[in-house]
Amino acid sequence: MKILVTVKRVTDYERKVKISPDGLSLVTEGMNFVPNPFDEIAVEEALRLQKAHGGEVVVISIGHKDASKEIRQALAMGADRGIHVIAEELDPDAVARLLMKIVEEEKPELVIMGKQATDDDANQAGQLLAGYLGWPQATFASKVEGLDSEAEKAQTPGVVIAGGEATVIREIDGGLETLKLKLPAIVTTDLRLNHPRFASLPGIMKAKKKPIKEVPVASFGVDITPKVRNVKYAEPPARKAGVKVADVAELVNKLKTEAKVI
Amino acid sequence: MSGPDYGEEHEQLRRTLRGFVEKEITPFVEAWEEAESFPRALYQKAADIGLLGLGFPEALGGTMSDPFATIVACEELARSGSGGVAAGLMTHTIAIPPIVALGSDELKERVVKPVLRGEKIAALAITEPSGGSDVANLRTTARKDGEHYVVNGSKTFITSGMRSDFLTVAVRTGGPGMGGVSILVIDGDTPGLDRTPLKKMGWWASDTATLYFDDCRVPVTNLVGDEDQGFFGLMLNFNHERLSIAGTAYAFAKVCFDEALAWAQERQTFNKPLIKHQVIRHKLVDMATQLASTKAFLEHVARLLKAGEQPVAEICMLKNTATRCMEYCAKEAVQILGGAGYIRGQKSERIYRETKVLAIGGGAEEIMKELAAKQLGW
Ligand SMILES: Cc1cc2nc3c(=O)[nH]c(=O)nc-3n(C[C@H](O)[C@H](O)[C@H](O)COP(=O)(O)OP(=O)(O)OC[C@H]3O[C@@H](n4cnc5c(N)ncnc54)[C@H](O)[C@@H]3O)c2cc1C
Repeated sequence: MKILVTVKRVTDYERKVKISPDGLSLVTEGMNFVPNPFDEIAVEEALRLQKAHGGEVVVISIGHKDASKEIRQALAMGADRGIHVIAEELDPDAVARLLMKIVEEEKPELVIMGKQATDDDANQAGQLLAGYLGWPQATFASKVEGLDSEAEKAQTPGVVIAGGEATVIREIDGGLETLKLKLPAIVTTDLRLNHPRFASLPGIMKAKKKPIKEVPVASFGVDITPKVRNVKYAEPPARKAGVKVADVAELVNKLKTEAKVI
Repeated sequence: MSGPDYGEEHEQLRRTLRGFVEKEITPFVEAWEEAESFPRALYQKAADIGLLGLGFPEALGGTMSDPFATIVACEELARSGSGGVAAGLMTHTIAIPPIVALGSDELKERVVKPVLRGEKIAALAITEPSGGSDVANLRTTARKDGEHYVVNGSKTFITSGMRSDFLTVAVRTGGPGMGGVSILVIDGDTPGLDRTPLKKMGWWASDTATLYFDDCRVPVTNLVGDEDQGFFGLMLNFNHERLSIAGTAYAFAKVCFDEALAWAQERQTFNKPLIKHQVIRHKLVDMATQLASTKAFLEHVARLLKAGEQPVAEICMLKNTATRCMEYCAKEAVQILGGAGYIRGQKSERIYRETKVLAIGGGAEEIMKELAAKQLGW
């Protein structure tokens, strides 16, 4: 089975993001970048499915020329090869239409993507891609047994593939929902699908020799003019210092009169 | 991490190790230190990510690397704040290099491979109750008797000595002095081998033992390299071991500094943060100064090693520079933390107790100076 996985280069969630003085962009200078954590879960799921069903895992990143690092990281985890579409920051719609071209050429049976990227949290690319391709989709894939389960310890995939169908458990507000999709299909991953493995040192060395195909964005003939314009970035309002209360009565009183939550 | 010495693979190694240490070590350090042990399963997990194989040949299950990868590994392992876990987990890095360099294929297959897979634990036993600095005069004897050596004597202060499956032991097979020393691999279950645990100032999570050999019969095939040529084999190890000790000392110094800096920014006295008192911020500058110069020296020596040089005098001086930097930073960090620095639970408290072992083990400070002087022809 051929599986395509997407990996986005995002700002390190452990570092504080700074906004440029004009409020129009984020300061990338001196910023650390990492693979989108949801995408690492996607890579892990793809590798587990490959172990169970054979085939190939192809990693795609669309973005900055340095995103080859994030592809290399996925290759170090065990993926087979990479495709790097070198482009400036794009909106999810452009990303989905570029991915569609790659899917048409690569013809995978499954595309696994993070449910969203931790930088802009758009949560759109997977759904848009499914829409453009006319493929079934299951977003927010999760593991029914949970992350502390024996199934997770045994590195069992959460997505079950059988008889040309994928069975996906997804998180919804009221609990869990089970979907069956005809392949080919799109799956996006939630946090509780798996614990991604660490790239092992031998994996890191092997990845140096794995191929990454670089493709300029212009070669796809896709109109990437943004449909979404970033108007302004602003920091969330600073949290006020807390206060100490003497007893429960005062707490209840403050919750009623000041916080107005009860 | 920056500069031409570190490539993308070093960055990936750092990322893997950081995640591994955060997930598999740091949350358990307090408990393991108090229990004076850590689970054997950690060896397996460390093998799975390739940590145990770092720097060993691929044919034996390792991954070749360079001195900068060693530095990265030292830095990341130190972040847990426990030198004992790192020392216990990594004893094979001193125990198996002589086997890798000089051992038979059978020993590599039976000893090195399972150790790098994390299935077996290896320890190095050189130091004796009668002395550790003067290795050439060690007293444990191995007398040949047919297809066996009969080993008698004792070793002490041996890291992982209690639970190691294999011991790389320096023994006397010939006459006095360095020309009579050989290396034997002794299986942990050899009859006549007794072990007793030792309590220590620091490194609690790693076990340390005295070993007694009473007519232990060891197959001659367990000889590593040639008879009476063992001293050379032991020396082979020292450059890398001392670079690792220096990297580790630097890394723990940095952990102390980071803890002290965060504390000084947070803690208020006399209505202002500690760091706003000149005395305290100057302490921090002194620490940062020592860290910066130690790191520059460390990377300089790593560059020489990477270029294939054997900078013995520099390595001796580096080891002393780095362990002093650690002693200084640990001392000042505890001081900046005040009473809290004396209470268990702070990294600096533990690291303070772990400074001396690095200044004594792997060649004590005084011995390093003498060796450097000799190398310089003085
Ligand atoms: C926690 C811990 C773990 C250890 N793990 C291991 C291990 O795994 N394997 C192993 O083989 N050993 C191990 N050691 C032993 C360590 O290598 C020795 O302690 C060290 O080599 C010093 O030997 P010694 O203790 O016998 O001191 P000695 O050799 O007796 O020296 C005592 C002091 O005198 C100084 N001195 C000695 N000779 C001279 C001289 N000629 N001129 C000036 N000063 C001198 C020394 O520098 C030292 O300060 C460990 C030690 C510790 C504390």
